[in-house]
Amino acid sequence: MRVALFIPCYVDQFYPKVAIATLKLLQHLGLPVEYPMQQTCCGQPMANGGFEHLTGSCNSNFIKAFTGYDYIVSPSGSCVLHVKDHLHDHKQEDAATAVRSRVYELCEFLTDVVKVDSIKASFPRKVALHQGCHGQRGLRLASSSEVVASPFSKPVQLLKMVAGLELVDLDRPDECCGFGGTFCVTEEAVSSAMGLSRIDDYTKHAATVVTGTDVSCLMHQEGLIKRKKLPLEVMHISEVLVSGL
Amino acid sequence: MNTHNITHPEAATEFLKNKERVQWHDETLWFVRHKRDKIVNEIPEWEQLRELASQIKDHTLSRLDEYLQEFEAAAISNGVTVHWASDAAEHNRIVHNILAKHGAQKIVKSKSMLTEECHLNEYLETQGIEVVDTDLGERIVQLNKEMPSHIVLPAIHIKKEEVGEIFHQHLGTEKGASDPLYLALAAREHLRQKFLAADIAITGVNFAVAETGAIVVCTNEGNADLGAHLAKVHIACMGIEKLIPRTEHLSVFLRLLARNATGQNITAYSSHFRKPAEGSEMHIVIVDNGRTTQLGREAFRNSLKCIRCGACLNTCPVYRRSGGHSYHNATAGPIGAILAPNLDMRKNADLPFASTLCGSCTDVCPVKIDIHNQLYQWRQVLTQEGYVPAAKTASMKVMAGVLSSPARYSFAGKWARKFLRWFPGLAMNKKLNPWARQRELPEPPKESFREWYKKNSREL
Repeated sequence: MRVALFIPCYVDQFYPKVAIATLKLLQHLGLPVEYPMQQTCCGQPMANGGFEHLTGSCNSNFIKAFTGYDYIVSPSGSCVLHVKDHLHDHKQEDAATAVRSRVYELCEFLTDVVKVDSIKASFPRKVALHQGCHGQRGLRLASSSEVVASPFSKPVQLLKMVAGLELVDLDRPDECCGFGGTFCVTEEAVSSAMGLSRIDDYTKHAATVVTGTDVSCLMHQEGLIKRKKLPLEVMHISEVLVSGL
Repeated sequence: MNTHNITHPEAATEFLKNKERVQWHDETLWFVRHKRDKIVNEIPEWEQLRELASQIKDHTLSRLDEYLQEFEAAAISNGVTVHWASDAAEHNRIVHNILAKHGAQKIVKSKSMLTEECHLNEYLETQGIEVVDTDLGERIVQLNKEMPSHIVLPAIHIKKEEVGEIFHQHLGTEKGASDPLYLALAAREHLRQKFLAADIAITGVNFAVAETGAIVVCTNEGNADLGAHLAKVHIACMGIEKLIPRTEHLSVFLRLLARNATGQNITAYSSHFRKPAEGSEMHIVIVDNGRTTQLGREAFRNSLKCIRCGACLNTCPVYRRSGGHSYHNATAGPIGAILAPNLDMRKNADLPFASTLCGSCTDVCPVKIDIHNQLYQWRQVLTQEGYVPAAKTASMKVMAGVLSSPARYSFAGKWARKFLRWFPGLAMNKKLNPWARQRELPEPPKESFREWYKKNSREL
């Protein structure tokens, strides 16, 4: 089994600690992980901005970087959803299809492929979980509150394995935080208002740590938290899952 | 009134200045969404109902021409006069002609988003005819000279104290009175006079049944019935997409509509109108106004399945924090944002971008319209057709060039991090960088993950 680590461009540049935590977690579980150096960006920033027609060279580069691996694993629900929904290349559509079918968000890879049933991590803190919308409603990492179905959540399933971790209940467990790619600057006022609502929900329930499946959502919320100097620590779920290992 | 010169982000920024009001608006609509969640969870087969409704609508749209003709024939044989309007202007002229033929001056109208879309009230005003909206919320916004801000809750942006002030000015209620019961009774008294005096009643249509030629109008106030039964002439205005093939299909849609809209089991009134009473007239105006164009756009076709429950507005975190008027279109919110560009791409090019693509609208939709995917698709169309700023296109081209090449990407990433470290003041300039208005930037690390990996991978 060959597992490739797909690290979103902004995580590579600004949150290497999240990439390192993801790598360590997968290695801790005994998986042979490689980081293909050819990778850059999945093309989502352009595509969601209405410029999918400019993502051709990103797509072919992505396919080149990840072809040949059995699994492509990423600590980002949003980027994985983009690849699954929009990675195409008319010159090599078979290769594109293979990549699309092999890409996994970290949590779903752990629960569905590796079928992890215990993690030795320990994290004795009160944690609020922000389920990124693209992971939740796009990849169905968790049931959404709009749909009538038995509730489930792959990130919660993993967090419950961490010793000492107390997950707080939120008033609105799956409200969007307002990041939304270019939305965070083009609709700055709404974006910030949405983020602040989320943060109010965390503090109201006495969480001291916010975690999530997408660094983009967390980067936006961390920006708001730091500006307000709130006593809330922001960590990606991979960082929580390697705590104390 | 219509604020089409102001873009969604500008209007939203203005709306967000009053924090207390925004919080109230958000919580009020979230309450409706929550009420909806509770009641739909009482229906174990809810998801099957959604699927069924979606399939019935898909099927109907696939044979819309046949069903429209079937409906027309049935309606005519019921004694109804059927009119066809290709656009808003023709719709307004048809309605005006009927009014003129009867010399009607006093018109009552129950809720109809189609007549809002066609700006019927404004048109008739220019012809010297006053239309009284009889839905309470619609009457409030009409008296306040505004457009509805929500499909089913037209005055949701107005607080009861403000309603008290509007009623004080227009209906002579006591100054400062804001008791909802007192105000509702005053509105009832006022509207009763209008109903009794009306020459002609206009209503919308929720469902039009092809096999019988009947129309169904859903209200909580019974105002469609009062209007249509008291006046000698009833004009019902409907878009071509309101059709369902058979009466039995109402058993699917009527179970979905009110539950998803307001968390009620069913609207207080589901009124079936089939034929005019003796000595009365009934007219149905069937309107296209861009719907056949939308039917022809494959990616956007299924937006015509919409039954106007408004749940996508209630659930939308952007709508709740920007208000209905920020969408500068008769239909606001996510559904408005995928319908409006079809009517006018230039004017509505901002709307598909007024979303984080969180997908809550799609999951809440009772007829399974993939709203957030259509928002994404509209972005592509608007960009390709040149409706986005040139500066955005230029920067996206640069970005695509950098991000598709490992060498250019690594180089740019390294310098971006250095830039942030060296010139934090410039990067955090609130005018140049909207990110920085309310947020800090991430602290740039000394090395990227790939740099770290190159150094450490051998030891891993």
